[in-house]
Amino acid sequence: MKSMSASGGAATPSGAATPSTWRGLAMGRSGGDLAIATLLGLGALATLLFGEAYWLLASQVAITMIFALSVDLLVGYAGIVTLGHAVFFGLGAYTVGIASAHLGWTEPLSGLLLAGLVAAALGGATGVLVLRTKGLGQLMLTMAFASLVYEIANRAKPLTGGADGLQGMVIAPILGLFEFDIFGLTAFLYTLAVLGVVVGLAVLMTRSPYGRSLVGIRENRVRMQAIGTNVQQRLLSIYVVSAALAGIAGALLAQTSQFVGLNVLHFSLSGEILIIVALGGAGRLWGALLGAVVFTLFKDRLSALDPAYWYFWLGLLLAVIVLFAPKGLIGLVDRLLSILQRGEVR
Amino acid sequence: MITAALTILFHGLAFAMVLYIVSVGLGITMGLMNFANLAHGAFAAAGGYVVVMATRSLGLPFWVALPAAFIVVALAGAVIERLVVRTLYGADELRQVLFSIALLFMAIAGFTVAFGPLQQQPEIPAGLSGQLALGDVEFPSYRAFVIVAGVAILAALWLLIGRTRMGMRIRAAVDNRNMAEAIGVDTKLLFTLTFALGTGIAGLGGGIGADILSITPTYGQEYLVLFLIVVAVGGLGSIFGPFLAALCIGVVDVAGKYLIPEFGAFFIYGVVIAILLAKPAGLFGVRS
Repeated sequence: MKSMSASGGAATPSGAATPSTWRGLAMGRSGGDLAIATLLGLGALATLLFGEAYWLLASQVAITMIFALSVDLLVGYAGIVTLGHAVFFGLGAYTVGIASAHLGWTEPLSGLLLAGLVAAALGGATGVLVLRTKGLGQLMLTMAFASLVYEIANRAKPLTGGADGLQGMVIAPILGLFEFDIFGLTAFLYTLAVLGVVVGLAVLMTRSPYGRSLVGIRENRVRMQAIGTNVQQRLLSIYVVSAALAGIAGALLAQTSQFVGLNVLHFSLSGEILIIVALGGAGRLWGALLGAVVFTLFKDRLSALDPAYWYFWLGLLLAVIVLFAPKGLIGLVDRLLSILQRGEVR
Repeated sequence: MITAALTILFHGLAFAMVLYIVSVGLGITMGLMNFANLAHGAFAAAGGYVVVMATRSLGLPFWVALPAAFIVVALAGAVIERLVVRTLYGADELRQVLFSIALLFMAIAGFTVAFGPLQQQPEIPAGLSGQLALGDVEFPSYRAFVIVAGVAILAALWLLIGRTRMGMRIRAAVDNRNMAEAIGVDTKLLFTLTFALGTGIAGLGGGIGADILSITPTYGQEYLVLFLIVVAVGGLGSIFGPFLAALCIGVVDVAGKYLIPEFGAFFIYGVVIAILLAKPAGLFGVRS
């Protein structure tokens, strides 16, 4: 104990510089980001090496992480609350699904791009309208648009397969080399690679002046307007980016499962992804990523037992988080780390 | 032709009244406390279950079961408001939305465990189970009762909000909460009473409307979009706005499904998007 305090005391002045260098590279203001990033990286590595049975689940987790990131950028950073983001996820899934099943477009990477573009186009079109309103009206519009598209997908049976789902999808090997295998190794590595790119982009974006201006708008819209920010344009642009990322996540789900069901457009998915972001910690990229992992793993375990129990525990967990830990899991990690650090210095 | 129009109008009206009875309380609480309560439908479902249990298991008459639903659900609403909802007034929208979703999920799980996943029907009194002939067109008389009940609740609310001291306080607090507090309105008590009233009416609506919006554990999630639409289109803090909105939506939906079934629920969402874009605060909104 004594030696620890001595070394801790000596390390503090020089040690203080190290985390800030890290922060400069990729992380936010707290140590929680770094801890979670390390943990997630180790988890992915362990799954790759030892968790053969979990590769398929792991690709699901990675897809949920991308979706959660897209929602966190919108809700956590820019402060636009949406109850209909599944519309972009589902549109991305149906885009690659329909392109493959009806048009023979089976190349996966260009499929992702196509899905992102289509989702971005819908994001632009609805974003212009959604962002004209605020508060409850905004929630309602996002919900109404999502319900409308759900209805369309449900009715357009020849194109989407309706309630039976879209079957007959074929996805070509990635880069012409890696075929999707039954163990899900290709799916896992593929989704992981896309996740890596998306996280990289999101980190850069949130640390850029553009990302900071979004936080500024969330915190004080009027002041940002007063200092010359084109608020409406910024919000629309993040709406489009978020839609595109959600579309890519949906496309990944369609490609790795080679099936698209109506549930990708359902309201409950829009609700779930919002829960994931809040669970992890809204407004923190690594929070959303952590939330996606915890949520998907819990759901996999608990809903296998009984859906009613799953709903109960999910509700209880969410209520506890909202009432007692509004900063989410990442807030708890931060607090834990700061307690540990204080203990060490003393 | 006229028969079809009458049928559409009748069933549209009945549907509209159920929507109104369930949603009106949500609009008042949202307008007064600024609390986005997505669990509102779960209170309506709870009322539905009270009526089902009272008429089926306890063998109580329907006319006793309905007030019981109001009282039980209003009490539950008051307790939940006192314990938790209160701490979230003034919190940001995301937290309110998430908390009420949490409440909704727990209610769904609770209903499933207690009553099973299947649909439940309350027992309707013999006097209302027949048909009502209007010229050469026949209507189910229960639905006529639903229409009457909807209008009666509108009238009762109008008297309560427009003519009583409590209603005056509610209106004052919706318009300007700080000012109302400054002149001595006990808003804490007022909020609890209003939340209880709003959820109680929803419980009543769940019981009365079980014939049209069937009582299942996921009731609060399935019809949530409809309830929110009525409130958003009608405007927060108003009792007439949601009435007109429910009329619009009920009749348009029934007409759409009857005349062009392949388009399903398109019409509702189309109308809603159009109205919200033209008037973001709703038809009669005090505030957006």
